[in-house]
Amino acid sequence: MSIQAETVKQVAVLARLQLDDQAVPPLVEQLSNILKLVEQLNELDTRDVVPMSHALDMPIPERPDEVVNTNCKDALLANAPDSVQGYFQVPKIIE
Amino acid sequence: MDPTQITLVQAHAMLRSRQISARELTTAFLERIARINPIINAFITVDGEGAMAAARMADERLAQGTATPMTGIPVGVKDLFCTQHLTTTCGSKMLARFRPPYESTVTRKLKEAGAVILGKTNMDEFAMGSSNETSWFGPVRNPWDIRRIPGGSSGGSAAALAARLALATIGSDTGGSIRQPAALTGTTGLKPTYGRISRFGMIAFASSLDQAGPMAWSAADAAMVLQVIAGHDAMDSTSIRDDVPDYSAHLSTRMEGLRIGIPAEYHPESLNPEIGQALDEAGRVFGALGATLVPVSLPHTRHAIPTYYIIAPAEASSNLARFDGVRFGHRCQDPVDLKDMYTRTRSEGFGAEVKRRIMLGTYVLSSGYYDAYYRKAQKVRRLIADDFHQAFQKVDLLLTPTTPGTAFPLGEKIDDPVAMYLSDLFTINVNLAGLPGISIPCGSDSQGLPIGMQLIAPILKEAPLLSAAHAFQTATSWHQRKPEL
Amino acid sequence: MANDPLYETIIGLEVHAQMLTRSKIFCGCSTTFGAEANTQICPVCAAFPGVLPVLNRELVQMAIKTGLAVHGTIRERSEFARKNYFYPDLPAGYQISQFELPIIERGELTLDLESGEKKRIGITRIHMEVDAGKSLHEGIQGASWIDLNRTGTPLLEIVSEPDLRSSREAGAYLKKLRSILRYLQVCDGNMEEGSFRCDANVSVRRRGDTRLGTRTELKNLNSIRNVMRAIDFEADRQIDLLESGGTIVQETRLWDANLNTSRSMRGKEEAHDYRYFPEPDLPPLVITRERIDAVARQLPELPDAKAIRFSRELGLSEYDAGVLTSSREMASFFEETVQQGAHPKTAANWITVELLGRLNREGLEIEQSAVTPRRLGRLIGLIQSGDISGKIAKQVFELMFETEADPERIVAERGLKQVSDTGAIEAAVDKVLAENPTQVQQYREGKTKVAGFLVGQVMKATRGKANPAAVNAILQAKLSG
Ligand SMILES: [Zn+2]
Repeated sequence: MSIQAETVKQVAVLARLQLDDQAVPPLVEQLSNILKLVEQLNELDTRDVVPMSHALDMPIPERPDEVVNTNCKDALLANAPDSVQGYFQVPKIIE
Repeated sequence: MDPTQITLVQAHAMLRSRQISARELTTAFLERIARINPIINAFITVDGEGAMAAARMADERLAQGTATPMTGIPVGVKDLFCTQHLTTTCGSKMLARFRPPYESTVTRKLKEAGAVILGKTNMDEFAMGSSNETSWFGPVRNPWDIRRIPGGSSGGSAAALAARLALATIGSDTGGSIRQPAALTGTTGLKPTYGRISRFGMIAFASSLDQAGPMAWSAADAAMVLQVIAGHDAMDSTSIRDDVPDYSAHLSTRMEGLRIGIPAEYHPESLNPEIGQALDEAGRVFGALGATLVPVSLPHTRHAIPTYYIIAPAEASSNLARFDGVRFGHRCQDPVDLKDMYTRTRSEGFGAEVKRRIMLGTYVLSSGYYDAYYRKAQKVRRLIADDFHQAFQKVDLLLTPTTPGTAFPLGEKIDDPVAMYLSDLFTINVNLAGLPGISIPCGSDSQGLPIGMQLIAPILKEAPLLSAAHAFQTATSWHQRKPEL
Repeated sequence: MANDPLYETIIGLEVHAQMLTRSKIFCGCSTTFGAEANTQICPVCAAFPGVLPVLNRELVQMAIKTGLAVHGTIRERSEFARKNYFYPDLPAGYQISQFELPIIERGELTLDLESGEKKRIGITRIHMEVDAGKSLHEGIQGASWIDLNRTGTPLLEIVSEPDLRSSREAGAYLKKLRSILRYLQVCDGNMEEGSFRCDANVSVRRRGDTRLGTRTELKNLNSIRNVMRAIDFEADRQIDLLESGGTIVQETRLWDANLNTSRSMRGKEEAHDYRYFPEPDLPPLVITRERIDAVARQLPELPDAKAIRFSRELGLSEYDAGVLTSSREMASFFEETVQQGAHPKTAANWITVELLGRLNREGLEIEQSAVTPRRLGRLIGLIQSGDISGKIAKQVFELMFETEADPERIVAERGLKQVSDTGAIEAAVDKVLAENPTQVQQYREGKTKVAGFLVGQVMKATRGKANPAAVNAILQAKLSG
């Protein structure tokens, strides 16, 4: 299946990526080629196969409910592109 | 004697017998890096000050008798392991100035063992690539021929080793990112069982496939590094609890009774005939060492690349959502609103290959396509894993080529993603199944470029895997070849 | 128009309940409410590069408890999934939640309707997920500020079937669910602080129709009262729209409690495509039968079972049993009062009438009561032993409420102890008979009703402290003698 330019643009919106118009056609071609490669999976009958989400079959570990972290606000905010009064600052969120 | 030309095993013996100090060893490597790194671009960050401080501490431990086998050993670490207060870029503009306030488990263990971290090695951006050309910090060049790629994504770790800029390096392997560059640079690279080494603090590409591993000049050296970085970690829910065996103690030169499977599907027509011949020769070496070669079949091999190129981008598209310009990393100038901040930040911060994979991953997970792509791929993933489990009923190890070709020229495949993806043909399956695999040098092509072969073992069988590689390296000298620089 | 003759309202509720764990769901940060911004965050909950989640065991225990309490099926194998969307208060760009395989499926909850009927409300699923952070907008020029303290606080999302038919039922469902969570001590149920939140899915259809109408989702409902008002408003809006020939648009609407209206969020939100997929950083959660049984053994008695026991074993009316089990605090107040030796029915009366009446007037919750169960029990004990009369007891109760003193002390200090000494009562009776010859005469002529007046006079003379039964007996004897 080849992918349409319109779909590529929609996917870019979902992925929060900006695509200028000349970036679209090569991406359409590359993604279509990859999807062609991917489609060879359709020849396999997988009706009775259980999907494999993890490399190993192990149960989830659970940790005790303990507060072990101490305040590291400053260390974390030090990397922030924009912070004010102990908050991360972003452009106005309009609801 | 040039201390940059010895093995890790030798260096450890010399440090212990005080024939050399950690400071002398570290200084020698830092000087060599200063001379050679500008040519091959293997390191993104060189931490001379930190390295010398670590070397001084190592000398104290050596003097006090509290040294471990890694104390005083200069190593390079792929730049996706978070190092506290030392810039960690992941090969991306997005993180060009990111200084993590925390330490990855791998680097913490290295530091605790007394290893000297020389710096952070170059890599494909976010580990997405097979040629190390997608790094925002420029491509890495192959020390065997600087017009050629060193492989990727751990290209910097591989090239640094081949050029003798470190005694060992740490890489990460999601679809072959340790083994493929090891093969293309004539070095030894081990991808352990998924979960054997903690992923905590290792910047994620595809969480269900990522695994850290040692790269070194020999299997014996790799065993010493693995010893230190393997083990359970409560910070990683996918970390394996089993005890870590003594890998070095398990190394043997005897292979009697060992059954090595040769999968038919790993010798396609696209395979470089020189690599085919090198593999045949390697098979004879194993036979001479007492192993039995057994033909086996892994019927779903050719479905691995499509399966991988659904699962890995899907996980990546989600893993890379946190790079949004809010808490760390790049943010675009003067965003007009929230959406503008997100899209410009991410479009400026990520390179073309990363964006391509985010797009692909977003697409295959999106409403209406999930079953056709993602769920389908997860099912085929199980078929691929089952192939291996069945083969391992009959054999102890599998022997395959690591790559279909030797190092190719820079720029050759960068605009053809599919061709690039196909170079991971023989390594990707191993990640999908979560198995350990190692690439070791086994020949060279007509141009003198290294050829690598891959040994694959069942889950948690790193010890016999390293032992087989060690036996081969005892019988051959391919791993001792060095490029002229 | 909540009860339209032509239309039926169909409501399903999604409740997000913050679990009372000490630490967050996937990291060791504190969950305390109200801390200074970003002081309860770490690289894990702030989603820095390379970090990984590790599940809090206590949350799983709480989810199992909740599942058992609503008679749900606890999945032997459940799985976490990522829900992907971009928002500044969601640092990872995905919410770790559960999707295809939630921990609990198919539960139910029984409502006691005001009509006296019981109604069963289905619970579709309960799953675990992380809470998001908070963004501040007010008073900040051209920017918003992000506080991630709440990020990673564990939530249970409890999704009901569309079984509710009125805002009253919705209110009753929320009260019942909140009470169960409080009984289990897994959630404090505080809607104002956001630890118990509710979104409502509302649709209407003509009575008799079997197909569901198009639904809208109501958000920003921060009290049970607001949930009910918003549902009524929305049902009316939809009915008016249909009656005027319009069609309902599936959308999310934001309730504005100040303006008593809702507004559409259409156009302001991106088309969502959450791209759920199994969380690769977390293996599946496997829950054994043994683990479920162990949790079941520790489960407290829940309101329904308690109410049955109160009425069957303690002889309370169903109504009283319902009131006294409506919250864990109420029930334990009652049980502690009875433990002091108070007769259950008397205790029930005192709590539902006197105590709740007084608390209501003061706007207080039962756990804030100045009269403790221990003191109330002893007050009732004084009535039962004949030390004070019921009437005096009410005075003592008011004084207990104001002074927080023990009932015995109030009785002693104020000399309220009932007089049962026949000598003293006899003297008082003699005095009253001597002072009221007319009434005595009338009684003897057959107007026995005046006895009541005479008893009253004796009680007055003894300032209410005389034992009424003794007064009656002595008076009768003297009059007929
Ligand atoms: Zn945290």
